[in-house]
Amino acid sequence: MKYRDLIENALNGHGADYCEVRIEETDNTRLSYRGKSLDTIAQTSGLGGNVRAATKGGWGFASFNSLDELSSKVADAVAQSKAVGGSKTELGESEAHVDVVPAYIVEDPSEISLEDKKRQMDHYNDLVWSVDGINSADIIYGDTSRKTFFGSSDGSYIEQEQVHVISRISAQARNGGDVQQAGFSLGSQGDYGLIRGLDEQVIDAANRAVALLDAKSLEGGERTVILDPVLAGVFVHEAFGHLSEGDNVYENDKLKEIMYMGRKFGGNHLNFTDGAAIPALRGSFKYDDEGTPATRTALVRDGELVGRLHSRETAAKLGEQPTGNARAIGYNFPPIVRMTNTIIEPGEATLEDLLAGVDDGVYVRNWYGGMTQHEMFTFSSGEAYMIRNGEIQEAVRPVMLTGNLFETLENLDGVGNDLDMNQGGGCGKGGQSPLPVSNGSPHIRIQKCLISGA
Amino acid sequence: MSESLLNAASSKFDQAEVYRVESESHPVSFESNKLKEIMRRDTSGVALRVIDDGRIGFTSTTDTERESELVERAASLAPFGSEASFSFPAPSEYPTVDIVDAAVPQVSQQSMIDTGQGLIERLMDEWPDLLCDARIGWGTGRGRIMNSAGIDEVYEQTSYYCSLGAQLIRGTDMLNVWAGYGSSHLFGDEELDRLLQTVRRSLRWSKETAIATANTGDLPVIFTPRGVGATLLHPLLSGFSGTNVSNGSSPLGERWGEKIVDERISIYDDPLIPGASGSRPFDDEGVASRMLALIDKGVAGSPLLDLQTAGQLGKTSTGAAGRGLASTPSPSSSVIDIAAGDTHFEDMIAGIKEGLVIEELLGAGQGNELGGDFRANVSLGYKIENGEIVGRVKDTMISGNVYNVLSQVEHVGDSSDWVFGSMRSPAIQCLGVEVAAKDE
Repeated sequence: MKYRDLIENALNGHGADYCEVRIEETDNTRLSYRGKSLDTIAQTSGLGGNVRAATKGGWGFASFNSLDELSSKVADAVAQSKAVGGSKTELGESEAHVDVVPAYIVEDPSEISLEDKKRQMDHYNDLVWSVDGINSADIIYGDTSRKTFFGSSDGSYIEQEQVHVISRISAQARNGGDVQQAGFSLGSQGDYGLIRGLDEQVIDAANRAVALLDAKSLEGGERTVILDPVLAGVFVHEAFGHLSEGDNVYENDKLKEIMYMGRKFGGNHLNFTDGAAIPALRGSFKYDDEGTPATRTALVRDGELVGRLHSRETAAKLGEQPTGNARAIGYNFPPIVRMTNTIIEPGEATLEDLLAGVDDGVYVRNWYGGMTQHEMFTFSSGEAYMIRNGEIQEAVRPVMLTGNLFETLENLDGVGNDLDMNQGGGCGKGGQSPLPVSNGSPHIRIQKCLISGA
Repeated sequence: MSESLLNAASSKFDQAEVYRVESESHPVSFESNKLKEIMRRDTSGVALRVIDDGRIGFTSTTDTERESELVERAASLAPFGSEASFSFPAPSEYPTVDIVDAAVPQVSQQSMIDTGQGLIERLMDEWPDLLCDARIGWGTGRGRIMNSAGIDEVYEQTSYYCSLGAQLIRGTDMLNVWAGYGSSHLFGDEELDRLLQTVRRSLRWSKETAIATANTGDLPVIFTPRGVGATLLHPLLSGFSGTNVSNGSSPLGERWGEKIVDERISIYDDPLIPGASGSRPFDDEGVASRMLALIDKGVAGSPLLDLQTAGQLGKTSTGAAGRGLASTPSPSSSVIDIAAGDTHFEDMIAGIKEGLVIEELLGAGQGNELGGDFRANVSLGYKIENGEIVGRVKDTMISGNVYNVLSQVEHVGDSSDWVFGSMRSPAIQCLGVEVAAKDE
């Protein structure tokens, strides 16, 4: 246990209600391609840490790269917390844990040579360029190892390692001032293997980019939309997940009135879950960054709000249980309430069932991005196709969809049976981005969804 | 340490560059009307970039114990690296830029707490139902760049910043407004009052909810200075990015020197403005800063170039290299300055029978920015009817193309306002924005 003595000594006699130290070691490899050739190849490493202290409900936080004089950094953070505190420190129950958690590994990227990684990505770059009409490729590969060493005044000491692999492959086609792009994102925890065998997907993306130059733009307005599992995963993350984060609610009486347990958001077919205890996904871990064990939290059951996501503080202040959702993106940030793996639980409908009866709708697939501000959200598709007479027809240019929580969930009238996970995304909140998360869903159908013109 | 690292790298590779940063920041945060957290963040690290046999190797660390690994790591990376189209620059003359205020590190914790408390109290006096957040902080930064061509330069800067946000919930209708400002100089009541005015104005204009009318581009839309930043700036700058120009993705292609937008539009990248967030004497590769006209009276000036993209295009760097510790430099803007025109903001509104005011967007940047397109949900915007703002619009999306919209300019505001201290813009009234809204 590498830093146990260092952390325990530094915390000795800290003088706050609660104090914790988190030290982090990271190693990253990154390759990127822009235009026709390799743009960057880089390896970086990091060491850093932080102290977080709570006194009378106030928080102090100090982050640093040098571990020298850790005791005086503890003293700094404690003094800051005392300058803030004026009420009472409330933290949800968490047993002390002492544990060493190795990385979840299927195929370790650190055992693949840089030469092999580059050869693989060169190959995909060549494939993009093999398609007629391609103007530029935008390709990223990255792998990261993050080791955290956490110790708290509650007596926990936890070492955890996580290894992540991500890639985004995007192709651009251009006709004069019209630049169109198509691509896809992938990610895994501990598995370099996902980078292999993508030839078909790469060529398909390049072909789609070229075809988009001739595709029509839709006019903005309300339509029936069917979302594929990838985009529906982004939808549940943006449209519901963020508002179920306890830190939005715990000091906000008006929002508490709106987001009360038992509130009905839609039909009985709505069942949403979040949890890092769902194994082997990008948002999976054993303990969160406050040392709370991961759980699996039911957020919505049969259309009713039944749970939300918590840190120790938000749980205590709302009289609920910590859920293990306090996460920090790195040593220079305090943990805040975040999603992990967020899912719309599957129903019974097939895609054909969802399509049946849709005379003039849009089938949207794949994601480009998404944002939330309380009840408002937007997210963008990577692909869009017209639906007429219950059939998926020609491609149109990708669209942006928008809505607000209270109406859109009411209008979500179909949930498919084909759950699939989107592992290629990252989440941003409070300046902490991109945090590894996954989300997933079966196909879903939303009536009267507002989409943008292109 | 930097010297020995550069010496070790210079003796092993054809060329080498060491980039070292140290910074500290001291933010104080208020949440839900209460003081919540005081932080101190210290950051330090070093990056090594080498050119060997014409290829670039790049590596960095924040772990002083592992600095000795950097030369070996660079050696293992460079054979696979991208082709260098440049040499590290030799020393040159640098402009003097006012980016240090000795008063900044003297700011006391208590005075930041008082500032935040005061702002929140003044807002709550008028709007007692608000939930306010605020963040006030100061920082110092020190960057040092050294290379095998003889550059060894250091610059220091200070920063002071303040942001204020407010949330109002009525039923299931939620309103979020905020304003922020930052400078390398300590600022006081005048700037704080301006922040308060911005937030108050947003709250006042949002008192009522209005329904936007869907249209196909013939309704006038006024972008406030921050609306220009939120909507138009990113898709526009992507066309000026040296990276996109050099790999052929910029829609400006070969249009440099041609008229691309209305002649009342002039946009500069100016890292020499005293006190602005983003001003600097030289860029992150040691190239001297200069003012660059991106658009001069509607005519496309020059792309933003760093050493690599300049080399690829057969030009010289414009001093636009920006980088983080863990990434190689790439071209980026410093301080964006958009020239003012001659119309009062109030007169713009008074002259519109039906239109929109755009202040902030949700989800901008998800569209096809490379082609100059924008589209997003209007998270803060207002409806104009018969020359007056009648309320906030919701469930409304706008879309358009920045080149098209800026070619249909109706008015340019007569004052340029700072947006978060790193961009200055007038309000701009244009046509050509498509609006999609929910059916009533």
